[in-house]
Amino acid sequence: MSGRFFGTAITRVEDARLLAGKGHYVDDIELPGMLHAAFVRASFAHGRIRTIDVSDALAMPGMAAIYTMADFADIAQGPMPPMAPHPLLKTPITYHPLADTEVRHVGEAIAIVLADTRAHAEDAAAAVTLDVEHLPAVSDAVLAREASSPKAHSEHPSNIVATMAAGFGDCAAVFAKAHHVLTEHFDIHRGGCHAMECRGVVANIDLLSDALTISTSSQSPYMVRRHLATYLKRDENDIRVMTPDVGGGFGPKANVYAEEFAVALAAIKSRRPVKWIEDRQEHFVATTQQRGQVWTLDVAFDNDGRMRAIRGHCIHDNGAYAPYGLILPATALASFPGPYALEALDLSVDVVLTNLVPTSPVRGACRPNVAFLLERLADRVARHLGMDRQEVRRRSFVRAEQMPYATGMKARDGSPISYDSGDYVAALNLVLDKIDAAGFEARRAEAKKRGKLRGLGIASCVEDTGLGPFEGASVRVTPAGKVIIATGASSQGQGHRTAFAQIAADALGVELEDVTVEAADTAKFPLGISTIGSRIAVTAGSSVQLAAHKVRAKAIAFASHQLEVGEHDLELEGGAVRVKGIREMKVKLSEIARVLAGNTGMTLPNDMEPDLAATAYFNSNALTFAYGANACEVEVDPDTGDIRVDRYVVVHDCGNLINPLIVDGQIRGGIVHGIGNALFERMIYDEEGQPLTTTYGDYFLPLASEMPRIEVHHMETPSPRNPIGVKGAGEGGTIPAAACVISAVEDALGPKGPFIPLHPISSQHVVQWLAAIDP
Amino acid sequence: MTERSVTFTLNGERREANADPRMHLGDFLRHSLGLTGTHIGCEHGACGACTVIVDGAPVRSCLMLAVQIDGCTVETVESLGKPGELSPLQQAFATNHGLQCGFCTPGMLMTLEAFLRVTPAPSEQDVRIAISGNICRCTGYQGIVQAALDTASARANQS
Repeated sequence: MSGRFFGTAITRVEDARLLAGKGHYVDDIELPGMLHAAFVRASFAHGRIRTIDVSDALAMPGMAAIYTMADFADIAQGPMPPMAPHPLLKTPITYHPLADTEVRHVGEAIAIVLADTRAHAEDAAAAVTLDVEHLPAVSDAVLAREASSPKAHSEHPSNIVATMAAGFGDCAAVFAKAHHVLTEHFDIHRGGCHAMECRGVVANIDLLSDALTISTSSQSPYMVRRHLATYLKRDENDIRVMTPDVGGGFGPKANVYAEEFAVALAAIKSRRPVKWIEDRQEHFVATTQQRGQVWTLDVAFDNDGRMRAIRGHCIHDNGAYAPYGLILPATALASFPGPYALEALDLSVDVVLTNLVPTSPVRGACRPNVAFLLERLADRVARHLGMDRQEVRRRSFVRAEQMPYATGMKARDGSPISYDSGDYVAALNLVLDKIDAAGFEARRAEAKKRGKLRGLGIASCVEDTGLGPFEGASVRVTPAGKVIIATGASSQGQGHRTAFAQIAADALGVELEDVTVEAADTAKFPLGISTIGSRIAVTAGSSVQLAAHKVRAKAIAFASHQLEVGEHDLELEGGAVRVKGIREMKVKLSEIARVLAGNTGMTLPNDMEPDLAATAYFNSNALTFAYGANACEVEVDPDTGDIRVDRYVVVHDCGNLINPLIVDGQIRGGIVHGIGNALFERMIYDEEGQPLTTTYGDYFLPLASEMPRIEVHHMETPSPRNPIGVKGAGEGGTIPAAACVISAVEDALGPKGPFIPLHPISSQHVVQWLAAIDP
Repeated sequence: MTERSVTFTLNGERREANADPRMHLGDFLRHSLGLTGTHIGCEHGACGACTVIVDGAPVRSCLMLAVQIDGCTVETVESLGKPGELSPLQQAFATNHGLQCGFCTPGMLMTLEAFLRVTPAPSEQDVRIAISGNICRCTGYQGIVQAALDTASARANQS
């Protein structure tokens, strides 16, 4: 699919404003009489609050009010509604907007302090004193699973809140027949999110109507509205939620947070606008984190390298609460069997509570974990058999001629999961060609002369994208001939405005600058789900296409009537409906819009419906599967253990590309995130649940100086499952990247080196591993 | 706390304003002067989002007190081009997709603006080291690096 704009690498319409410092983020909002909030947060991982003494704090300069949960009792009570209920979660494990009595992780919000400035609010927050009965805490999910462990929630008899299972086929039979079986243990460490903009909320109450307006740095403004309305027992219509510019999301901002509720409650209680901006210290202890898991897996395979079945178990660290239900562990299970055509699978996950910050999806959710597991197993099988790693994959992958391919797994609604299209072997072959895998040994030898150990890594993945149920969009032409798109899909930097404008401009024959996109304001579009799971191009992009084509059809019908020309002889171009071949015979869109906007007493031509506008919702009833193959080369310094990623090549297929510039940016950013997971990002807690890495001096994010150039190649296999043939692209970079880098490091360490079953790895690891090899 | 008067040059204009002695320059620019183009990302001098140029040098505005700019020349992102007339560096960011969410972007721009004034012909590795104190979570840095290299070579071709 291509058009004047669709498929072209045009620069983004968002950029000029952001580059000129004219972006408008939550912290840029100023309202008259606004109070600034700071939270009193727990400095301990587990305890029962006996008393909260705010008397000294209330006497401090600039103070307006301090609220605890008890102070909100006349407005609302109890824990927050669960965002994603799951039948296995018998009772929702959600926060109270402010801690009730028991606090379950360092950083949990206990009281909200309102003052004339943030500095005064922080001063006063520090003067609030707590009398706490300290309770034993657990910070390790493996230990937390033991019956003897302290309980993360004192009222729960076990820290295991759910045991989830997935699988297909007769695993025992396949294992019994397979030529080989190997068992490996994997440890994927917890990391953080670290959007460069922390979270933030401004809540304002209309003093006449009590209507609540909330601006929040969120991926899910409509979920904030829905759950807050439920909690406050209000109608959704009384709450307007919008997202201004959002400085990155990456998953954690999809949660509905306690602070969003607490700030809203504080605005209702104080009858003043209230702003809270999360600082980076708070981000480390109060924004959800990512994917700490421990796995044990058995793989059954044959002499020819074909992987036939996998079985095993996972201990999933869910942290202290389950604000997002079981989405994260469910995603881990659902990501199997990746690109592999397995005969059988038998997996279970224990979802375990700890006294740590909750985990929820971060870029890829648990898909990167599963890519790591599967790709590590493929490398392990190759090593065991003395075969080429590529060959194990070629023999084990789903083949192009098997598409659509039913994996054996079931979707959340119970329907069978089936990969829609793709050629995983071709992607692998292409990436190996692009990185010149054939010439690698020469590069390894050259590096050896320089005293460096060079390794080649490979990793593939399949990614389910376009998660349902829907997003929607309305497209409207104004009497000035401008096109206004409204959608519920919030944006955190993905370039949605550009992509949607490209789709609509093609359909309506207008220029990009004629199109305005209004996104994620509940007052401007009625429904929205969430910007998660690489789903917006599929869901909202398709909706824009459907709505724009309805508008196009209406404009053509109007012009056909007015010009007395058959509809099939008309086309849209240059802001007008024109007779094909006779450009000057036309009706401008602005004119149609003006007539359909109505004039007093004038009937509309042909009894048409008013307004040159349409709304459409694309129901994404079947997932669409993007995939990719990555290859990279690393150099290891055997003296220092330093690991440098030297080259990185990606082959990715996300169907039709709406804008290659944007897709490449998504891929590159995602890969750097995955390199961070592989080599740098480690969120460390002590046994008491105290976080030890709460600055960027302790928690390392990937920096430009350590990152390689990333070469991206696209295959474009259109998805048959949506009207624009796209698949999601937001997470496909991250998913295989950690696996690819670790594969390369293992290759660099050579056949005597260890099998690497964990990440992140550090130079200390490398030095130790090399020392163990040396005689 | 008693506010102190500071006199300084901001984006070419002489300004006088009062500042709380404990307020950092970033908050002062944003909340006292309303220049919200400078963004606060970590407040411990590590992420670089708040970078502005003080007396020609890139400075983390979260690590400098507002009262310290008395007598100084301060440049913020608002001193570069406007939306309709971007500076060559800003334009190169757009052309190379050197930004996504835009939050780190003003700091990146000011770091590179200061860097390119004193390093007119940088290598790729020079640029990567120059921005190694500016964290971007979105782009993977490649577009930013290319934008700086393109800007440098365009300037070299002009002179």
